[in-house]
Amino acid sequence: MDFLNAIVALSNYVLIPGIAYGSQLALGALGVTLVYGILRFSNFAHGDTMAFGAMITVLVTWWLQSLGVSLGPLPTALLALPFGILGCVLLLLATDRVVYRFYREKKAKPVILVIVSMGVMFIMNGIVRLIIGPDDQRFLDGERFLISARDFKEMTGLAEGLAIKSTQVITLITAIIVVALLFWFLNRTRAGKSMRAYSDNEDLALLSGVNPERVVMLTWVIVAALATVAGVLYGLDKSFKPFTYFQLLLPIFASAIVGGLGNPLGAIAGGFVIAFSEVTITYAWKKVLGYLMPDSLAPDGLVQLLSTDYKFAVSFVILLIVLLFKPTGLFKGQSV
Amino acid sequence: MKKLLMATAATALMAGTAYADDVKLGILLGFTGPLESIAPDMASGAKLAIDQVNASGKFLDGQTVSAVQGDTGCIDASLAVSSAERLITSDGVKGIVGGMCSGETGAVLQNAAIPNGIVMISPSATSPALSTVEDNGLFFRTSPSDARQGQVMADILNDRGIKEVAITYTNNDYGKGLADSVASAFTESGGTVTMNASHEDGKADYSAEVGALASAGGEVLIIVGYIDQGGAGIINGALDSGAFDTFMFPDGMVSETLEANFAASTEGSFGQVPSAQGDGPAKFAEIGKAAGFDPTGTFAPESYDAAALILLAMQAAGSTDPAVYKEKVMDVANAPGEEILPGELDKALQILKDGGDIDYVGASAVELIGPGESAGTYREIEMKDGKMVEVGFR
Repeated sequence: MDFLNAIVALSNYVLIPGIAYGSQLALGALGVTLVYGILRFSNFAHGDTMAFGAMITVLVTWWLQSLGVSLGPLPTALLALPFGILGCVLLLLATDRVVYRFYREKKAKPVILVIVSMGVMFIMNGIVRLIIGPDDQRFLDGERFLISARDFKEMTGLAEGLAIKSTQVITLITAIIVVALLFWFLNRTRAGKSMRAYSDNEDLALLSGVNPERVVMLTWVIVAALATVAGVLYGLDKSFKPFTYFQLLLPIFASAIVGGLGNPLGAIAGGFVIAFSEVTITYAWKKVLGYLMPDSLAPDGLVQLLSTDYKFAVSFVILLIVLLFKPTGLFKGQSV
Repeated sequence: MKKLLMATAATALMAGTAYADDVKLGILLGFTGPLESIAPDMASGAKLAIDQVNASGKFLDGQTVSAVQGDTGCIDASLAVSSAERLITSDGVKGIVGGMCSGETGAVLQNAAIPNGIVMISPSATSPALSTVEDNGLFFRTSPSDARQGQVMADILNDRGIKEVAITYTNNDYGKGLADSVASAFTESGGTVTMNASHEDGKADYSAEVGALASAGGEVLIIVGYIDQGGAGIINGALDSGAFDTFMFPDGMVSETLEANFAASTEGSFGQVPSAQGDGPAKFAEIGKAAGFDPTGTFAPESYDAAALILLAMQAAGSTDPAVYKEKVMDVANAPGEEILPGELDKALQILKDGGDIDYVGASAVELIGPGESAGTYREIEMKDGKMVEVGFR
């Protein structure tokens, strides 16, 4: 019984939140890594792209809710998601047309594009705040819990509760579907193959008849879809607030770099590494050990490796270690 | 953004209407940042006092007072100091109502107010550290120190028979000051604090913090934070994972947002916010509503009192020179003298003009003690049937 309690406590506070947060980071990091792999610059505007896509989704969700449309137990936001993606695609294509294409044609250095993307970031930042404001917005409806901590305790008679939020399950399932679709697209379709060819060797791809503008356009469309999905899932699970999307940028970049910039598989692995390192290393093991050990050995202290103050430092220490020993990231990406 | 624009526009308007025979008062608050939702009501409170003084026409032989606003960003010390510098050097204010948050207030005091010799009365900076700061007699506050709030919180916990608490605080001067003060007061009175850990505002994910707090355990989770910031994330995380169902909310958390979003889901949770007993609050509520703002907003009464105290001290000293009127602030705030309630500034100005003595009570029952801070009464609140209700005073 104590063993079960320990497992439940660990799942409730570490595994489940870690998996949900990891999926959100992985989706974000995929977008960053695609831009890096194909367009060859670090896109600092990615966090605010997520905020923009999520904002459109929030607005459409409100509209649908006012019409009385709902998905029953599922959040209405899933219905609004395609509109959000469409809005985000239009924004990114417009940005590319107005800003990035100019620098691409001039063959600007990546570092210039990075700075340009920061400018774009501030503009998107402003657009989102002008339209929806800087405050928290709630747009989640439907069933909040698949199983709540209290129900779980009653059902099993265990001392520890296990809460599984519907948004956590939706996050995981959507992330799996999106990643599967992405890999199918990149590996099986002609367009996907041309994107990979362009990423591996631009000149060779051009000689083989790959249309660069088309590849760039496809990349932005996919990035917009990934960003919107990540942004909406994050917003559903936590809450929609423009500023936190800006803050998400750091862990997302850490994920992409740890995994190996430009490598989609690495982005996913990186997302989970960062999410779990934040949650596990600062976790206080007192409760779990208290169940596992005999009473006489049960710990008095918190048994915490590091205080939660350092949780961000943890992800960056991991980032540094990876870059020192494996500059291309865990999975072979491009060196930074 | 909108508020910033409005604040700037308002400042521009104010500056436009100023004329020669005019005393300027700075209103230095966090119009942007984590407490941006309560700043507008505070500014309205301070302006109400100024309007009433102007309406009476008895201030320093008919001089008028105008307000100049500055933004502190609440957590942005450099913005706060540069705003204060602007108020003092370019606008020429004779006193400042502000700052708003503890860290920023300390910075403004050290870098702008003391070097320029300007009186500051903060309506809302509550860090215990500000009690002992070397201020040349220039700094006062109409809010109580958090050393007092920590004691009140320990009393509330003991009266409710709670033995074990976990504390999480926002990682700044206010959060750390209050968390340490409640932890030491509660431990002294025999309670146990299982964990006292910080959280950063505006983070993407709080499951690590909630996990650690849940592991430490406790009957109640005390969230010393901001409802517009990390505080909400912590409540959500704790409720979702079933880690805690009962919370204690100190002043930074108690607001309409808290009631609207969490009153139903945190049934039985409790907290406290600085607030006065007596006739003051009711009278202030009346005139505040008439003036078109929310007079029950957190620290709005304290802001009214801060502005009123500066102006009354000037009247008592017969001078707008901060070096002169700073001596009079304690005199007008405390007994002896005729008690002054909100809306009676006209009467107070007349008494002072005739050389009499007043005891300013105001909207928040001002009683300045020690180094010039409010003695402090708190309103205890509790979540009952999805509503935030008042259960008593401390």
